[in-house]
Amino acid sequence: MTAVVVPPGLSASAGSSVRYLTGSWRTERPVYMSLLPPCSAACPAGEEIQAWLYEAQEAGEGYERAWRSLTQENPLPAIMGRVCYHPCQTACNRGGLDEMVGINAVERFLGDQAIEHGWQFEVPVDITLSHKRVLVVGSGPSGLSAAYHLRKLGHEVTIYEAQEATGGMLRYGIPAYRLPRAVIDAEVSRLVNMGIKIETGHRVTDFAAETAGFDAVVLCVGAGVGHHVNIPAGHAAKVMDAVKLLRDTSAGSPPMLGRRVAIYGGGNTAMDAARTAKRLGAEDAVIIYRRTKEQMPAHEEEYLEALSEGIRVKWLSTISEVDQGRVVIERMELDAEGRPRPTGVFDEVEADTVVLAIGQDADLSVLDGVDGVTVDNGVIAVDEHMMTSRPGLFAAGDAAPGDRTATVAVGQGKLAARNVDAWLRGAVYEAPSREAKALFSRLNTWYYADAPLQSRPELEAARRTSGFEEVVQGLSTESALFEARRCMSCGNCLECDNCYGLCPDDVIIKLGPGRRYEINYDYCKGCGICAAECPCGCIEMIPEER
Amino acid sequence: MAKVNIPFMQTGTLVVGNRLLDEQDRSVQAWQDRASSLTHGHRACQGCAEALAARWVLDTAMEVTDGKLMVANATGCLEVFSTLYPESAWKIPWIHSLFANAASVATGIAAVNAVTGRGDIRVIAQGGDGGTADIGMACLSGMFERNDDVLYVCYDNQAYMNTGVQRSGATPPAARTATTPAVGRQPGNTFGQGKFMPKIAMAHEIPYVATATVADLRDLEAKVRTAMSHRGARYLHVLVTCPLGWGTKSADSIKVARLATQCGLFPVFEAEYGELKSSTKIRERVPVEDYLKLQRRFAHLFGANADEAALERIRRLADRNIRMYNLLPEGAAA
Repeated sequence: MTAVVVPPGLSASAGSSVRYLTGSWRTERPVYMSLLPPCSAACPAGEEIQAWLYEAQEAGEGYERAWRSLTQENPLPAIMGRVCYHPCQTACNRGGLDEMVGINAVERFLGDQAIEHGWQFEVPVDITLSHKRVLVVGSGPSGLSAAYHLRKLGHEVTIYEAQEATGGMLRYGIPAYRLPRAVIDAEVSRLVNMGIKIETGHRVTDFAAETAGFDAVVLCVGAGVGHHVNIPAGHAAKVMDAVKLLRDTSAGSPPMLGRRVAIYGGGNTAMDAARTAKRLGAEDAVIIYRRTKEQMPAHEEEYLEALSEGIRVKWLSTISEVDQGRVVIERMELDAEGRPRPTGVFDEVEADTVVLAIGQDADLSVLDGVDGVTVDNGVIAVDEHMMTSRPGLFAAGDAAPGDRTATVAVGQGKLAARNVDAWLRGAVYEAPSREAKALFSRLNTWYYADAPLQSRPELEAARRTSGFEEVVQGLSTESALFEARRCMSCGNCLECDNCYGLCPDDVIIKLGPGRRYEINYDYCKGCGICAAECPCGCIEMIPEER
Repeated sequence: MAKVNIPFMQTGTLVVGNRLLDEQDRSVQAWQDRASSLTHGHRACQGCAEALAARWVLDTAMEVTDGKLMVANATGCLEVFSTLYPESAWKIPWIHSLFANAASVATGIAAVNAVTGRGDIRVIAQGGDGGTADIGMACLSGMFERNDDVLYVCYDNQAYMNTGVQRSGATPPAARTATTPAVGRQPGNTFGQGKFMPKIAMAHEIPYVATATVADLRDLEAKVRTAMSHRGARYLHVLVTCPLGWGTKSADSIKVARLATQCGLFPVFEAEYGELKSSTKIRERVPVEDYLKLQRRFAHLFGANADEAALERIRRLADRNIRMYNLLPEGAAA
């Protein structure tokens, strides 16, 4: 054996480049973020939409995980997947690439899956029970949401519902062709299964006596009283309000409307009333609205569906007189500020019945004889903790301030529940702070293949107006999965491996499925390729402090 | 193996991995246990696309050959930044001899493997555009002409970057380098000179010639797989962005390569035995300006003294590539 001769100058021992830490070159470091996607930011019910779509994207058992994630915030996905006006979709970043993601349709798909498979909420076990009793007055969307979240927080919850059935305006204000009653029943019975007591036909008339045994009360009485205006009307004129029309129809005793029906108002209730009138046999249903189409508060989808069912609309018109079989309308025009003003030009419309859909008021009879509750602009005033001016009495939904949609009601019900819980514990609820918003400009859209929106099939118009069959159908499993996968996961890692594969310095560590990545800062030179090429923009380059 | 076309699953074919895909449908770079043939600690500049492309090529080759791989490297950036004495960033058998002779060294290794009954060990030679198109051209042409069993990979960053950005035979017209300054009547590199090495390789009618870029990983991996499925002389030419020499932001290395393909200035294609077989179509065509404006080496074409005549000549080069290599998708107007 001869010893290895090391030539002069080659005295250093060979080794790997890993001895040299290139991380010292860095002026900026990449950091994985979890940002607030615009859909979640826009959701009045506070759903973590990107998070549940992420689960749904994995199909199979992912659907149940998605449903469980969704129902952390909103217990009514099958209902809301039908009636929500989906501000999430309006905000969706994908709208800037091709078309928004059909979040609402996927929510409905998950809600329907849950009903089909009988998925139930996990009921809190006794260790967390607070031994506090909370009364919720009203079983509309805000009441159901409040009860659900209170129950999840370990409280004993009772709902008093004045009507014979649960659901509030969901059942008595939204026609069955938009929201089948079986769907309401299924989602409510799931809440009952988690231990919420519901007493229907229980109108609270003696507030003090009936709330005596409860530690806190949440008023979710809604706005179910039709607003009235004084219109000169002959003796034989038939005028009714839209809320009554919708409620009586839902309760199974629809009113006689005649062949020709005029609906006064331009909101969603007007659309619902007109479409319901058609289904009750009216040959002609005409909506009379004092402003223009652009100013109409009804949602575009409902308006278009009404049009396709043969509803007519008279814009810039007010009703000045109602008589038997006819309505006198006055033409309006817009002034310089865009407000309607009368023109003195009159016209006539034939109508057997006039339906007033000009707004709704909160039914505050529950507060008769109750002192110390401030009512402001017709609704119950609440502070930022959803508490009225009377300690321990909270309010949410249409009877409280805010936009009057079912989704806002669900969000307010949740917020009220969390505040009730804090108040019962002698604490103050603080909403968790939210991350920065994931803007479209953060995305690298090169990586999202062009994928068109999957639309929900609709019942053909001829079959629609003959009955109360549901108009908008659900997505097939295939379409729902495709739609869920159109989500660009804005600002939240989708594990596409781009950072891992595109790092010239091999410093990203892949941790495995669901565990995302880590960065070895000993070697990361801070080139920024990972951040630039991340499709969803979840990597931020942060200046190093040296 | 043909390029995998991934059905739409949140993202498409263009990302590295995708958690919704089956393991075997993911790129090699998405695997947790990829070879990482060129590991960290190397001294390449921030955002060096050559370091990235070399790992992609060799990791794929390591996967295809089940780790039976030897690599001969020409002098150049890749050799210098990866092997600062006495350290090496290579996790595979690797040798460097001279600037000019990488192809010949690889030929020799392949010959020895063959005569010693170790033909299962495959050989790759690699270098930059200088070591390939200029200094190593004679050795490489010989390797092609003899059809030696070597895959030669050229990482083309379009100049001698290691020694301070001097013009090479692969430097594009109008580009400013240390030896083609942006002064005079025709600033930057001369029009009508230089050479496109893939066409020279095709002229040798070897079994396989392909081009690729760092903007399309799956395309590159598929081409390495195809190349390794052939025996004989094969040539792969990869466009690699050089932040230092091109004057681009380090974070833009992938984007700039992507724009080079989408404007038509760099054609991505495959050829067998001298015949064009397929080309990767332009997905979203962009004007050449979108590509050029991100690079300081072309800054003299824009601004106050914008050189519209030079820009028009560059546009014509892109149009010619699009025609020659059939780069537009079917039905698209030329």
